[in-house]
Amino acid sequence: MNEESEGINARLVVQRRTFTLDVDLQLPGSGFIALFGPSGCGKTTCLRALAGLERANPGLVRVAGTTWQDDTAGIWLPTHQRALGYVFQEASLFAHLSVGGNIAYAQRRVRPGARSAAAAPAVALERAVNLLGLTGLMDRRPATLSGGERQRVAIARALAAQPRVLLMDEPLAALDAGRKAELLPYLEALQRTLAIPVLYVSHALDEVARLATYMVLLDAGRVRASGSAEDLIARLDLPLAQGDAAATIVEGTLLRHDGAEHLSTLAFSGGELHVTSATSRPVGQRLRVRILARDVSLTLARQSGTSILNIVPATVTGLREDSPGQWMVALDAGGARLLARITQRSVHVLGITPGRTLFAQVKGVALLE
Amino acid sequence: MPFNETDLRAIGLTLRLAGTTMALLLVLCTPLAWWLARTRSRWRGPLSAVVALPLVLPPTVIGFYLLVALGPNGPLGQLTTALGLGTLPFTFWGLVLGSLIYSLPFAVQPLQGAFEAIGERPLEAAATLGAGPLDRFFTVALPLARGGFVTAAILSFAHTVGEFGVVLMLGGNIPGVTRVISVQIYDHVEALEYTQAHWLAGGMVVFSFIVLLGLNLTRRARLLP
Repeated sequence: MNEESEGINARLVVQRRTFTLDVDLQLPGSGFIALFGPSGCGKTTCLRALAGLERANPGLVRVAGTTWQDDTAGIWLPTHQRALGYVFQEASLFAHLSVGGNIAYAQRRVRPGARSAAAAPAVALERAVNLLGLTGLMDRRPATLSGGERQRVAIARALAAQPRVLLMDEPLAALDAGRKAELLPYLEALQRTLAIPVLYVSHALDEVARLATYMVLLDAGRVRASGSAEDLIARLDLPLAQGDAAATIVEGTLLRHDGAEHLSTLAFSGGELHVTSATSRPVGQRLRVRILARDVSLTLARQSGTSILNIVPATVTGLREDSPGQWMVALDAGGARLLARITQRSVHVLGITPGRTLFAQVKGVALLE
Repeated sequence: MPFNETDLRAIGLTLRLAGTTMALLLVLCTPLAWWLARTRSRWRGPLSAVVALPLVLPPTVIGFYLLVALGPNGPLGQLTTALGLGTLPFTFWGLVLGSLIYSLPFAVQPLQGAFEAIGERPLEAAATLGAGPLDRFFTVALPLARGGFVTAAILSFAHTVGEFGVVLMLGGNIPGVTRVISVQIYDHVEALEYTQAHWLAGGMVVFSFIVLLGLNLTRRARLLP
């Protein structure tokens, strides 16, 4: 099958009194796809229109080779006939059913066109229940669960319907910071194991940086940019590489461990990075790490006698003022992208201009997945 | 034995009338309340007002118009005669019809409130899990609105038990057919049989108290997880 028939193809126009959503999306058939943008940019409307909870007019929705809506051909499948899973911002569990009852509700209504458990073992229910840590909760009522537990049940329930695509509308937004931190590892586990594409609506860059493999940036109802998450979050012409949360993602291979110092070495296209808390991972595994722009400093010569372990050669590809006195510098380190947020004074003192070669000192590397 | 035979017949008739009315109201009002809770039609306002009319109209007014409409010369009376049912005034089923209208808001409003309280979200969630419209109604909306059904059942039953004006206008005072408890109390008082009146009236006070207490307890039970 070619890529188009396996992926998601959507052309959606939704007219509202205050704004118009007008998007044309060609999305990959797997991975975590983030729909990212500020509040009110149309992310949720876009997701609801894909699900048929809202009617795009005109609209075209094709998922994994099945047409859900095509106004030129007069095709409209109501939501309950679309093989999708949907996780709302609030868990929206059925209060009159237990956790197990909620999940069984979805299981009993698996739609035609849904994948069989054998074809997509990643969405087999038992596995989802284990993955989401729900084994001990099956007899509980939704009202007795914490916010994070409820959201996990909602995800398992959505997967129990054997969807071809999982749509998630800011599943962390209604949770406090503690609950968010509790749920994120589960989402990362899903990101690694799910065979179906996940469309994930978010306005939190740190979530997106941790989870997304592909990204669509929405602004005022239109697509501003789309592409791999690594590319988009490092681009200076987009509002993502901005402020404290600005970060880049670097992918590499685990080279070796130094058990005594709890340190692991990761080889990437621009050199080597040292990572803590990766000693449990097998050597040779592909890993993604996140590097915050505020954790990267620049120096013209390789420093010695510094506590910073990670120093890699890099070339400046661009720079932009981030906030008064602070500049964001985009770097290329052997093909990998880095961002550094430094002071305006340092920009002048070091003479930083595009094309300049220097060294990036990376103070913190956070392991993703 | 505090109750004589006509008292007992009045009690039996009242319970039968209230039970029949309650059952019919729950069936008839469910779609009506569902529609009122979810429609965006411009008829929602006027229809809600019509449903609420029995709350403010004097029961004698309801009874009077029903008597005229159901009588031999009234449009409904001619219809029932043509259908071979005869005329309904002064019959049990005439009283049932009057009670349906008299107690209508006591069934519709709790149901409508319960349906509105569910909101759109659980139904949308059910749709994304593959449940069609009827499936959603029976497996999500009805169970989530069960508190509204309990309240509607209790209120419409209790309110019908206390009916007087409509019965007197539409049903007269036929023992075993239309003579309900409230009419029987009236008769006892007219005949200066205060002891008998006390037993029935006191019974009504106790019944009403128990109903309201029960309502309160079921509400509280629903608030607890």
